[in-house]
Amino acid sequence: MRVLFDGEEFEAEEGQTVAGVLLAKGVRSWRTTRGAGRPRGLFCGIGVCFDCLVNVNGVPDVRACQRVVADGDDIRTQTGAELPS
Amino acid sequence: MRRIVVVGAGPAGMAAAAAAARHGVDVVLIDAGAKLGGQYHRQDALAPGDAFVLPGNVEHVADATVWAIEPVDGGHRVHLRIGPADGPRRHGRAVEARALVLATGAYDRALPFPGWDLPGVFTAGAAQALAKGQGVAVGDRVVVGGTGPFLLPVTASLIGAGARVVEVAEANAAVTGWLSDPPGALAGWSKTGELMRFAAALARHRVPYRSRSAVIEAHGIDVVESVTVARLDGLWNPVPGTERRIEADAVAVGFGFTPQLELALAARCRVEDGFVVVDAAQGTSAPGVFAAGELTGIGGAALAASEGEVAGAAAAKFVGAAVEPPLKAMARVRSGRKFAAALNAAYPVLPGWQGWLRDDTIVCRCEEVTKAALYRAVDERDVEAVRSLKLVSGAGLGLCQGRVCGRNVAELAGVDAAGFAKRPIASPIRLAELAEEEPVESPIDAEESGRALGVEY
Repeated sequence: MRVLFDGEEFEAEEGQTVAGVLLAKGVRSWRTTRGAGRPRGLFCGIGVCFDCLVNVNGVPDVRACQRVVADGDDIRTQTGAELPS
Repeated sequence: MRRIVVVGAGPAGMAAAAAAARHGVDVVLIDAGAKLGGQYHRQDALAPGDAFVLPGNVEHVADATVWAIEPVDGGHRVHLRIGPADGPRRHGRAVEARALVLATGAYDRALPFPGWDLPGVFTAGAAQALAKGQGVAVGDRVVVGGTGPFLLPVTASLIGAGARVVEVAEANAAVTGWLSDPPGALAGWSKTGELMRFAAALARHRVPYRSRSAVIEAHGIDVVESVTVARLDGLWNPVPGTERRIEADAVAVGFGFTPQLELALAARCRVEDGFVVVDAAQGTSAPGVFAAGELTGIGGAALAASEGEVAGAAAAKFVGAAVEPPLKAMARVRSGRKFAAALNAAYPVLPGWQGWLRDDTIVCRCEEVTKAALYRAVDERDVEAVRSLKLVSGAGLGLCQGRVCGRNVAELAGVDAAGFAKRPIASPIRLAELAEEEPVESPIDAEESGRALGVEY
């Protein structure tokens, strides 16, 4: 299957999480913080810390470590606090 | 109908579900993962099928988040959202049961240090989950740091996933030394064999393993490029002049574990010293609520499974099944707890870590609260407990609900951390989900539940 990350096509496999796809591709961060605009990516990896938030199909604040990818998912970097589009 | 609900499908929850099911009780087994196993038995998510098979009367509800537990007449109502994580297409479900087994496990404790908010710094559990579940190493050159035997399997998993582990920094004494000479009665315990194999794997790959050392800083602009490792004194203060800079693109740190207490607190279970208090049948102070695994004390998978077996049998008895006391499992619980107590005593977190922080070091990652801001808030206002600490400093008010920073900021501010685990909404859900009406399945028969029941072994 294929997913999009900020418009770029990535190969993905059944069972991979968003974080699994991105880290395998060498992407280390996919969010900036609300306050200082600092980059963040995966931290706890098991759904506890909410650091790895990402926008999936227009919905922000999705934990990349918990969300299993589906074919055609439109994954986007999340900037600060975002509202659903 | 005899039915119980088990929350968490790790070693404890699976054992509880199997034990109750063997006694003819229907089980609803709820877990956040897609497959059984939890963190310890995490399966390769990319492989087809499930390695574990549970009896037919266990319904495994996967990809499910328990966001609330509320006491109802004669039992508890468990509220779920089921489906792809954090998405708008999850659906709701509410299950009632007279007996509940909580096996929600634990997560890594991460201590703050300058640069720990850089991408490339992970918890040890993250490195483990990514390697085992996704087949991905979190970096090419990885430094592993923290304390306790868990650092060994994490290192082995990283190597297995293709990373080069350039150093393991153990803040206490070497695990290997403790393992080769465990205190008295613990010699020969099966767990030491497993850990010795991990230690041998480290030696085979020539991974430098240093005791009384820690990663005290991560360097980089937008991602980790190197770390500083220093020797620690007996209280974990860095020894001046021992700092070494090591090139690395990833750091995995773990300083023991924090139990996931919020559901136990919602069910009004008594908690002491950070863990749920249980009796010999794994019963909590709340009638009909049993707890097993890391919730009752950090002890590893074997102890968790034994506790789960006892809890499952006790819960089955509570709902009326004919159950003989599971004496063998109860004996394993007793010896397992002795081992766990000795291990936990050997790998404490000591206060010198507070000296690793600088004024501008982030202590609460969600709300970006620095150490200086935390101290300023505590100095200017009257902070007596967690609630006021959160309100004056902002620490712990973010999406992780104080899971990551709670124990650390409580320690820095000098208040009891217990209040951090009080989370009436146990996991963040969207407003629309909260507003949605959910049907309640098989409500508890009030008349049946009116009987006084207890479990005594």
